[in-house]
Amino acid sequence: MTSFVSLSSAMARGFFRDRTALFFTILFPLMFLVLFGGLFKDAGASKTDILQIGAVPVVDQLPAEAAAGLDQVLAVTRTSDRAAALEEVRKGDKAAAIEQVGGELIVHYSAADAVKSATVRGIVESLVQQANLAAAGVTTPAVTMRTQPVEDQSLKAIQYMTPGLLGWAIATGATFGAALTLVTWRQKKILRRLRLSPVPIASIIGARVAVSIAIAGAQCAMFIGVALLPYFGLQLSDQWWAFIPVMIAGTLAFLSIGLVAGAASKTPEAASAIANLITLPMAFLSGAFFPLDGAPEWLQNLSEFFPLKHLVSSMQDVMVRGESFAVTLPDIGILLGFTLVLAAVAAFLFRWDDA
Amino acid sequence: MHDMSPTIKVEELRKAYGELRAVDGVSFDVQTGEFFGILGPNGAGKTTTLEMMEGLRKPDSGSVTLFGESPWPRNPRLLPRIGVQLQASAFFERLTAREQIRTFASLYGVSARKADEWLAVVGLEDMAGKRNEDLSGGQQQRLSIACALAHGPDLVFLDEPTSGLDPQARRNLWDVLRDISAQGRTVVLTTHYLDEAESLCDRVAIMDHGRILESGPPATLVRDLDAPTRISVETGTITAEAARGLADGLEVSDDGVSLTIATRTPAPVLSALAERDALRGLSVRGATLEDVFLHLTGREYRA
Repeated sequence: MTSFVSLSSAMARGFFRDRTALFFTILFPLMFLVLFGGLFKDAGASKTDILQIGAVPVVDQLPAEAAAGLDQVLAVTRTSDRAAALEEVRKGDKAAAIEQVGGELIVHYSAADAVKSATVRGIVESLVQQANLAAAGVTTPAVTMRTQPVEDQSLKAIQYMTPGLLGWAIATGATFGAALTLVTWRQKKILRRLRLSPVPIASIIGARVAVSIAIAGAQCAMFIGVALLPYFGLQLSDQWWAFIPVMIAGTLAFLSIGLVAGAASKTPEAASAIANLITLPMAFLSGAFFPLDGAPEWLQNLSEFFPLKHLVSSMQDVMVRGESFAVTLPDIGILLGFTLVLAAVAAFLFRWDDA
Repeated sequence: MHDMSPTIKVEELRKAYGELRAVDGVSFDVQTGEFFGILGPNGAGKTTTLEMMEGLRKPDSGSVTLFGESPWPRNPRLLPRIGVQLQASAFFERLTAREQIRTFASLYGVSARKADEWLAVVGLEDMAGKRNEDLSGGQQQRLSIACALAHGPDLVFLDEPTSGLDPQARRNLWDVLRDISAQGRTVVLTTHYLDEAESLCDRVAIMDHGRILESGPPATLVRDLDAPTRISVETGTITAEAARGLADGLEVSDDGVSLTIATRTPAPVLSALAERDALRGLSVRGATLEDVFLHLTGREYRA
């Protein structure tokens, strides 16, 4: 037990004092989150930007409830500069510009984006009709329509990206950590030195497992902490912490991938190359970076063979989709299965020494 | 009875790498408390022999027993009793000297306090907070030896502990090694430095091409060689002809810098030189292990 504790602490100190490793394991994936989280902040809300030139009583005098409804679909910016407004529409920066001259509501639009301009025309037309009905004294129309967005939050990119990028970060951290420790410890004769001490092999492996899980925990804390900032606005489900078991199972699966890469390589460079070759394509093909919902069916089927797919989808289920822990059980089982098989391969390839 | 059996018994040990017979039938015993040296040029098979003794390599044939047990395969009963300093010092990355030795000590269940004492023994107290990457070569070697000894092993293996060190650092390390031996431990050392073996070891085995050519206490090996003493003076102090006339059976040579007289009876030659006041640049050199090696192999010793 003492040897397990001291080896874990030696390994953890070595990691946390290695700025390069810290950067690539924690900061680098976090940069992706910050970058994409910022870029796609408003994506999915799909509001249409329009300009309002001067006073437009039809819009300005909408009752509060109707105004709020309008806000969900249109982002209206008020301006008094008519020429500049038309120029913005012409350049495609805004979908349309509206102005009201007496009883006439004019919609300036560009044909460049047919979908958006049609949306604006439809919405404005309904506003005009409402105004006409009101003018005709019809206060309770025979038919009314109410819109209700489904899963409003899941439309937001940050909800999807946090578990996805976190899964990728955990996978990379566990794979590289295990692969590089194994290779450098062999190369620097630390394994040889450990072999000459009475330390049980279980202590050496146990130490690596403990350190990898601790690193994954640190990654989770950093990711969730940053994504929860109001700027990114992550909304966690009630039982979000139920992702912890699947996170641990995923760490074990990628740790054993790393052990295979480390056991099969002689140099840290080779180990890094193998680890990259495994984790990077997997990230793209497992839905860690972008959803696979629109991907061809064969790709969706293929992704089932990647442990990252099971890690990411389970993490999304419990962290943001509000599913319960039970939903992650099949994925946990699959990840542990990967772990067993790969650990057996790693044990078969394992060498204490270079020669 | 147990004390009578040797700590190490090596019998007809062989190991080949493809065509190369790295160790080719090596046998020797090391007694309890002995400082034993395996001496030879690079590639002689010293390290391979040592690694088979440590249990790191499986011999092709022959046997090794330490305290009556085989070190191969990995023998957990034996491991706490032996301390090993590897040729390339094996340290955990980015740990300070104190953290290194505490980590190694804890693998054997030795307390941090005891581990710290070893830093003092090898004179690294002031460096305790430095990472091993920031230590000099000599300091790293001393730390590596301290890490090998922290658990108080009865038997210590040191693989070329002074290679790559400057002369001052080598001599400092020799003092440390003498102390280890003086505490009653059995020490096995490989080295390619003849002077090191001569100065430290109770007994040496001279190895070349995977075989032991000769073994015994260094002084005995040199004495048995019955080599002449070499007396040198500055060229021009005395002519070669005059030198030959100083006594019977002298071999005289002059390389233009020094005139060297080889003799088995140095005393009358020295007094004769003194009488003639021909002692400028005098040096007297007895035979060394280098001469033993030359005698055994017929070639100059090159480390």
